[in-house]
Amino acid sequence: MAEEFKQLSPLEFFYRNKELAGFTNPSRAIYSAVREFVENSLDACELHGIPPQIYLRISLEDQISAYEKIYEILIYDNGSGIPKKELLNAFSKPFYSTKYVFRQSRGIFGLGGTLALLYGQLTTNKPITITSSIGDEYIHSYTFLMDVKGGKPKILMSKRLKNSKRWHGTIVKFSLMGNYPRVSNKIIEYLRQTTIAAPYAEIEFVDPLGRFFLFRRAVDHVPLPPRKIKPHPKGVDIRTVEEMIKANDSQMTLAEFLSKSFHRVGDKIARKFLKNAGFDPEIKLEDLNGDMILKLVNSMRNYKGFLPPSPKVLSPIGEELFKRGIEKEFMPEFLEVITRPPSSYEGHPFIIEAALAYGGKIKGKEGEIMIYRFANKIPLLYDEGSDVTTKVIEDINWSYYKRPEDKPIAFFFHICSTKIPFRSLGKEFIADIPEIEKEIKAAVRVLLRKLTKYAIGKERQRRLKRKIEIYKRYLGKIAEFSTKLVEKEEPPDISRLLRVVREYD
Amino acid sequence: MEIVKKLRKFGEEIYSDLMNGRFPVVKIPDRSTKNIKYDRRRREYVLGKRVLRRSTKNVAHLRSFTQLVWIAYFTKQLIEAGKTSTLRDVFYSSQAYQVPFKDQKESNEIVMDLEAILNTPREEFNIIPEERSSIFGDLTVEFTLPGYEGRRINLTSHPDGLMIGHALRTADFIETSAERVFVIEKGGIFTRFIEEGVHKRYKAILINTMGQAPRSTRYLIRRLNKELGLPVYIFTDADPWGVHISMVIISGSANSAHIRELATPDAKWIGVWATDIEKYRLPYDRLSDMDVKRLLELKNDIRYQNSFWQGQINKFLEIKKKSEQEAFAKYGLTFIVDKYLRDKMEQVSTL
Repeated sequence: MAEEFKQLSPLEFFYRNKELAGFTNPSRAIYSAVREFVENSLDACELHGIPPQIYLRISLEDQISAYEKIYEILIYDNGSGIPKKELLNAFSKPFYSTKYVFRQSRGIFGLGGTLALLYGQLTTNKPITITSSIGDEYIHSYTFLMDVKGGKPKILMSKRLKNSKRWHGTIVKFSLMGNYPRVSNKIIEYLRQTTIAAPYAEIEFVDPLGRFFLFRRAVDHVPLPPRKIKPHPKGVDIRTVEEMIKANDSQMTLAEFLSKSFHRVGDKIARKFLKNAGFDPEIKLEDLNGDMILKLVNSMRNYKGFLPPSPKVLSPIGEELFKRGIEKEFMPEFLEVITRPPSSYEGHPFIIEAALAYGGKIKGKEGEIMIYRFANKIPLLYDEGSDVTTKVIEDINWSYYKRPEDKPIAFFFHICSTKIPFRSLGKEFIADIPEIEKEIKAAVRVLLRKLTKYAIGKERQRRLKRKIEIYKRYLGKIAEFSTKLVEKEEPPDISRLLRVVREYD
Repeated sequence: MEIVKKLRKFGEEIYSDLMNGRFPVVKIPDRSTKNIKYDRRRREYVLGKRVLRRSTKNVAHLRSFTQLVWIAYFTKQLIEAGKTSTLRDVFYSSQAYQVPFKDQKESNEIVMDLEAILNTPREEFNIIPEERSSIFGDLTVEFTLPGYEGRRINLTSHPDGLMIGHALRTADFIETSAERVFVIEKGGIFTRFIEEGVHKRYKAILINTMGQAPRSTRYLIRRLNKELGLPVYIFTDADPWGVHISMVIISGSANSAHIRELATPDAKWIGVWATDIEKYRLPYDRLSDMDVKRLLELKNDIRYQNSFWQGQINKFLEIKKKSEQEAFAKYGLTFIVDKYLRDKMEQVSTL
């Protein structure tokens, strides 16, 4: 069950993750920390088919100033757990991850969690406690301080508990300086929307004000995890290729290595590429030097002859689950969900899923259009105005469509891809890549046509209802007065006529 | 009572339709000007054969149909209670039954629908108009109204004139020294005529219509003409509205073309004519757009299709002027009686 663990160098971590800049200020820091741990927990469950049960608690520990407070964050999950020998590394070295495998998951490398711990320790100087079990005899727990330079952590306490109930999961507890009130709504909304995209997950949350939030699951089964695939030649860097070469037999030829190690690369494509790049296909791996590896990686990135990655590695929410997730939170009167066929941009496969809802508990002013955005099942809550979906919605030509005007409508978009084209450092909005925009537009058109049909039907229903009310009122009076006119007791029954009116429409 | 039977029959058709799951329908004689025609024998305008079908299946008819049934029920109650009600009362009473009318015009229309359906004037089902016309002159009448039977009154007994209402409408004529009837559009001129002793000097009965003559007044004018053989002369403002006040007295209105014995075909309009405006150099106003529009309507109305009326209408359109009866005051307050009326009476003797 345990994932493969691989160690990256500290410098590379910072190099690769410089865009993980979600810790820019105290309020954003607490939001980013919650996000990283919730996502790690969900992945730890989903990848093993366990319906996630997550408990999050944020409590106020100390107040430094009006805007800077110390909070304790505790997050519990029922995921697969982390083996004892990996446990400390997984959390104390920012360069250690279960996710260094090429497939769609929430965090790209899942390093943000470690960064959050680092940020927490740097701002509070308080130790971190991690507790985990893979469901065997023991539960292991460490309290430690990270070595900021990437060295061994300083263990303050280490415990081993009997696990008679064979519990599996992970509990992380740490402190962090932040400002909860300013992001309170965002965090609650983030948790709610997380369970929309993953309606098989249940999240409990106790906030620093002592409020309890429960986001229930709508379904019990977890969809199959996305398949693992070999890296695509366009999606690797030098460090990765070095690692991959090291893991193989040094006597292996370069052509053999390429066709064996990369996604959608066979012997034929490997040789064609190598010839094009000016490599000897028969050169042995042990004979490759650093310069050659650099040249190899650059050539792979620029070569046009590779097949695009297979969309099979993608894990869309699925129409049924997306529907259940939205229904669970909004109970809309009208809801349509569609999944577009896979497409790709710059060699990265992606799938757009979209939903349109009206009525129920959808909040907003009358006539307003709400947009809910998800990328690889993660809700995006910031920078909505810059997102490609906002652009598409603003461009809708409403003269082609009709919508009920009395309440807001809400669009939901989910993009899943092996690489989400985030435009900003904060990973909160999707760039307007033409291929992606095209798919979103196509989805919006289909949904709006369905809404138009619904709106027309609804309008007809409303008119019919009003018409019947008029008939009921006047025919009732006519019955009453004509009964008095002929001095009878019982007025005639007008329901037969009302049925005719209904059928006549 | 005949009328109660008619109302019951009207109700029974609707009731049985509803009982049998059919949408009730009523047929109402069309009272628009398109459906009135001249009845040579009666010498008045009557309704043609066109009938409007009002169906409860049509959502646009539902409201007026309901109002119609309500009025039938309301009038039946009136008759049975021996009470009368004015059109204004009807308008307000409807509000207690949640069948409100937009305005009195709407409730009046529905009352007239019921008259047309039952072929019975509303007075017979105890809905009477609000009275505003008055009469003055040497005529003695005897009331027939229950409670007043046998009482007599001379119509010169009140210097302001007597109101023409249900009692006078149904009174018997006993005796008169009058030789003609002057019908006047406005109260001011009516008062001047009394002050100047027109009733004596011209041996006339004076009637003030206060604008468009109510039905009871038209009915009384007709009786004065038919029963006493008195010629009737109508005196109005020189404008399309005055012209039409005369015509309704002479030939009847489209709205009451379903009711008989309201017209006085031998009555004469003696002024103020369009030609008088120039002849007497009267102070005038320019015709408004509304006035011109109304004149063009009258020009096409079948009641105006003869050379005298067409001539007057064309003259108005030509000079684009209108004058009020009061305009004669330019020549002194008594000019209208001393000069104008004398001129007119000489003129009519040659007509």
